[in-house]
Amino acid sequence: MMELYELTAHELMDKLASGEITSEEVTKSYFNRIKEKDGVVKAYVSTLEESALEKARKVDADRKAGKPVSKYAGIPIGIKDNMCITGTRTTCSSKMLENFVAPYDATVIENLNKEELVYLGKLNMDEFAMGSSTENSAFFTTKNPWDLERVPGGSSGGSAAAVAADMAPWALGSDTGGSIRQPASLCGVVGLKPTYGLVSRYGLVAFASSLDQIGPITKDVTDSALLLNLIAGHDEKDSTSMEIEKKDYTKALVNDVKGMKIGLPKEYIGEGVNEEVKASVLAAAKKFEELGATVEECSFDVGKYATSVYYVIADAEASSNLGRFDGIRYGYRSEKFENLKDIYRNSRSEGFGPEVKRRIMVGTYVLSSGYYDAYYKKAQKVRTVINNAYNELFKKYDILLTPVSPTTAFKFGEKSDNPIEMYMADICTVPVNIGGVPGISVPSGLDSKGLPISIQLIGKAFDEETILRAAYTYEQNTNFRENRPTFKEGGNN
Amino acid sequence: MAISREEVIHIAKLASLNLTESEIEMYTNDMTEILEFANMINSVNTDNVSETIAANEKYNVFRKDEIKQSVDKEALLQNAPSKDDGMFRIPKVIN
Repeated sequence: MMELYELTAHELMDKLASGEITSEEVTKSYFNRIKEKDGVVKAYVSTLEESALEKARKVDADRKAGKPVSKYAGIPIGIKDNMCITGTRTTCSSKMLENFVAPYDATVIENLNKEELVYLGKLNMDEFAMGSSTENSAFFTTKNPWDLERVPGGSSGGSAAAVAADMAPWALGSDTGGSIRQPASLCGVVGLKPTYGLVSRYGLVAFASSLDQIGPITKDVTDSALLLNLIAGHDEKDSTSMEIEKKDYTKALVNDVKGMKIGLPKEYIGEGVNEEVKASVLAAAKKFEELGATVEECSFDVGKYATSVYYVIADAEASSNLGRFDGIRYGYRSEKFENLKDIYRNSRSEGFGPEVKRRIMVGTYVLSSGYYDAYYKKAQKVRTVINNAYNELFKKYDILLTPVSPTTAFKFGEKSDNPIEMYMADICTVPVNIGGVPGISVPSGLDSKGLPISIQLIGKAFDEETILRAAYTYEQNTNFRENRPTFKEGGNN
Repeated sequence: MAISREEVIHIAKLASLNLTESEIEMYTNDMTEILEFANMINSVNTDNVSETIAANEKYNVFRKDEIKQSVDKEALLQNAPSKDDGMFRIPKVIN
């Protein structure tokens, strides 16, 4: 018999609605699973068992009493530890915020509260979401459930590992340069980065404000649409969130891609991409053709500048955003100080980890007098060139097909000594953030080491429907969802 | 172009960070490499191209200046490392 924790969120919803199971049973099933597996995987920074069970029992009582409850009510969820839930710790996996208790709810959390979802806990990440392996967490590294000697990806590595290991039916992550899609790919689950401006960033600890988006990490595409339904929408507390009409994304879950025009940018199936990953993308292209779509090779030449643009713009914005951590209002304060400036400098120097400092340094440099025009202003212009290239491609194609990650999960320490090498882990995902368009990561098989590979589908701004439809059709016509992590120690070579 | 040790020290000061000797050395090397990588953008022709200021077309968002309920003051003060009588406490700044 299948355990409850093995089910998708939509399967759990059906069983809750029919009265076959209770939210308390589901919630307990997850905490048992967390107790069984998280000692090894280490996805959670903190768990919220007491409040979760309390909420689950309340929802069960309401359902039993025949009160009107949301279909989502009583479904558990894990939250990346950079989103605020009132009264709980929000650490960003940083010593700087180790003891920070959120005094308000992020808007995405307010939305989930309305539907009475149950919070299992807060999930590990690279410190302040800066990284691609979760090795930059100030607390501990999260292991990839497919091979415990390998990274889960990052920065939402805890979210992806928890969903892959059945320690949450789904989770929220955030994506600035690939931080939802890349860990989803390395852990064999579905990750969606929505269009910039679709989901409110209020209550998400800011990293790079013109790139950050919150999105779902789920076991299948149906759950991705269901969770997007809850978090998408205008919010007056985020002035960059767009006033667009509320959609039901589950309507896009149609098993049909006939006539869909898919562009295959040749630059992402060339040099620098692992052969097995490349083969998987080409097999997916063939699959889409068999299903009635047209696939055509195209060029996205300027995409090669996206990572350089990213590390100027993201670091510039980060250096500005992280200026608020001064040891005065919240966060870590050094014990060594004689004056106000000592508090600022010592608190920041002791509270931030090496990668965060590196990015603050680069960001401060590119914004400093004499370098602003050569780096920051130039990067913003190249960003326009990249946006124009996307616009041109989307005149011809409905969606683009690329890899998510140039390699499958790598080993701990393999890239952590060389910042540039780590930055290259995001070459396929970063352009999507630069363009502000949506992208989804969908499992497309396993490599010869038994590690998950995913394809990325990229759509026009605010056209999540088309990538969801293509992803759903692909998922329904393949059986990669059936691959399960093995928790093996010390994989083959 | 290489970043000098002096530049790294200057940038750290601007960013309110103290760096140890080994950090100065590490960031001098790392920043040289990262900025060299970032310099790739200079090979893109951007004549007559305007900057992308925001990620979407939203520009100024106005609202009425109305008094609304905000987050509770005590709740906001609960994370302060040092506070006194409803205020954040800092060391003396005026002699």
